[in-house]
Amino acid sequence: MTTAIKEHQDVYLQSFRQLEQRAKAPEWLARLRREAIESFMELGFPTTRNEEWKYTNAAPIARTVFEPAPAVAAAPAVEFMAKSPFAEMDCPRLVFVNGRLAADLSSLDSLAAEVKVMSLGKAIADGSSQVEEHLARYADCAANPFAALNTAFIEDGALIDIPKRLELAKPIYLLYVTLAGPKPTVTHPRNLILIGGESQATVIEGYLGFGDSAYLTNAVTEIAVGENSILEYVKLEGESATAFHTATVKIHQARNASAHATTVALGARLAREDTTAALDGEGGEATLNGIYVLTGEQHVDNHTTLDHARPHCASRELYKGILDGKSTGVFNGKIIVRPDAQKTDSKQSNKNLLLSEEATINTKPQLEIYADDVKCTHGATVGQIDAEALFYLRSRGIGQLEARSLLTAAFANDVLDKIKYSRLRERLKEAVFERLARSA
Amino acid sequence: MLLEIKNLRAKVGANEILKGINLAVGLGEVHAIMGPNGSGKSTLAQVLAGRDVYAVTEGEVTYAGKNLLEMAPEDRAREGVFMAFQYPVEIPGVSNTYFLRAALNAIRKHHGQEELDAMDFLALVRDKMKLLDMDESLMTRPVNEGFSGGEKKRNEIFQMAVLEPKLAILDETDSGLDIDALKIVARGVNAMRSKERSIIVVTHYQRLLNYIVPDFVHVLSNGRIVKSGSKDLALELEQKGYGWLEDAVNATA
Repeated sequence: MTTAIKEHQDVYLQSFRQLEQRAKAPEWLARLRREAIESFMELGFPTTRNEEWKYTNAAPIARTVFEPAPAVAAAPAVEFMAKSPFAEMDCPRLVFVNGRLAADLSSLDSLAAEVKVMSLGKAIADGSSQVEEHLARYADCAANPFAALNTAFIEDGALIDIPKRLELAKPIYLLYVTLAGPKPTVTHPRNLILIGGESQATVIEGYLGFGDSAYLTNAVTEIAVGENSILEYVKLEGESATAFHTATVKIHQARNASAHATTVALGARLAREDTTAALDGEGGEATLNGIYVLTGEQHVDNHTTLDHARPHCASRELYKGILDGKSTGVFNGKIIVRPDAQKTDSKQSNKNLLLSEEATINTKPQLEIYADDVKCTHGATVGQIDAEALFYLRSRGIGQLEARSLLTAAFANDVLDKIKYSRLRERLKEAVFERLARSA
Repeated sequence: MLLEIKNLRAKVGANEILKGINLAVGLGEVHAIMGPNGSGKSTLAQVLAGRDVYAVTEGEVTYAGKNLLEMAPEDRAREGVFMAFQYPVEIPGVSNTYFLRAALNAIRKHHGQEELDAMDFLALVRDKMKLLDMDESLMTRPVNEGFSGGEKKRNEIFQMAVLEPKLAILDETDSGLDIDALKIVARGVNAMRSKERSIIVVTHYQRLLNYIVPDFVHVLSNGRIVKSGSKDLALELEQKGYGWLEDAVNATA
């Protein structure tokens, strides 16, 4: 009975040693990385005997030798970016190609001067005390081998630092593009987003990939939402069909902070999203929403956690899946209500639409409640396209294929309709609709 | 004849519901099909619209010279067949406007006409909304979601007014309507009466026929048309009840 795969760990250890020699790091970061690689060496890649990975087989990742993605000319990425749902969105952006900041493709023109949006690597080199204080404070490396691996290889990514009492009119957009080469490669994007008290911001994180060979994007995003601040966070995973995508997103909320996160998973051969909102101050509100659209042999695993640590917090969760072909999906929604978190109000729902008889979804709520005065509800549904609705549309002259994609997109719309920033909402709806039209 | 039904038999599962229907509807005519619950009225309407839960086992249906039973539901609609549903379906996430414009454009495209953009569409539907006393807010809401019973039925007739079918089948459009809503629906249907359009009104009650006066009345019982006549037959039924006819049929059987 083994719960870990360790056969290619040495490859990562070797890369780690090269990184240590190549990139000079301040002592605090060197120590952080060392502890993380030790965690990773101890944990290994999970097998399906590990309860947290029961329905997701990480062996294809563990058994592939991924080399660090090489630096490449960023210019070819331009053409690919033009096809992304956010191509025409006029907002401050950082673009990373194969894990490195591509300054030419980035633009911070319309950004308020008080806001810091920059390369995390640069911020570390500049000796930022904010980064030292917050980095790796929220994401857990002790239990999650992928987060540990990311932390061991922290080199670049984005820092967003929004001061107190500032309302940003436009979203900040972080885009990671992978141009896959002939050999399997890996990047470890790392983002740190700090939102000072009484501020309001929208952050979009996008992942796109091009090329036919395998690659792994192993990302970690840590977000600290300050007291009474409001964050809207949208993540779009649009990796190529041969990609692996593992991501840990951890949102930490102070008193009265509100976070609304939407995870949109459209691509990748195998994707695992670990998304957590930790309500660590009274009066906080967290929303974790998600949509996954799968076809072929794609596999997406959404593991979410709503961690209520303080009283009088509310959380809402709606994840919807559209699964076609032989695709498989996993939804595991954990709600933790800690002893101190009285008056917690939490609602979770996972709804799935199976478009083929061979598609599978494993959905599981997981409630750990240690307080006695709480409201927690959860529910899950798995269904097919409503035959009566389909007939209704067809009886009015709408063709069968169009009627099916109309109903399927409508199923997705109530998640996307909750995104507040209207241009983003419309672009995402189009992206989902296009994605559905392609697989129809 | 616009529609000719010959010896139509249909079942759902092992249960035969239509047991040999014969009916001919000429262009411009309004036919009422009446009958008690379970007589097969709604089944007939749904079979004509192409609902596939019913299996046609025998007989033929010719519409405008074509074999209707071979056509997909969307092709029937594009060729001018429209059924107003007894129970209109709610479709969350699809706005009424989007839905109806997609339907109209699918039909227009089929006839080689240019598709309408949002502006042209709105101009076209405005008068028809007024005719059926439809609130504009109903257009932006998801199809039938949260509509009252009366709003749903008006929405069906509104769709009919926009799509301008050649053959309209109204499946118990009057059931559950109060008298005011009934009058509005009847006004919408009467405005659609024309020499170029045939209407089949399926109803349980005679009341609707005071407002939509039919040219012919047929009584459906146990999967067969047992009596046909003029509009006076509806009044006779109103006085004597369906039992009178069923007894007569049983007596001759």
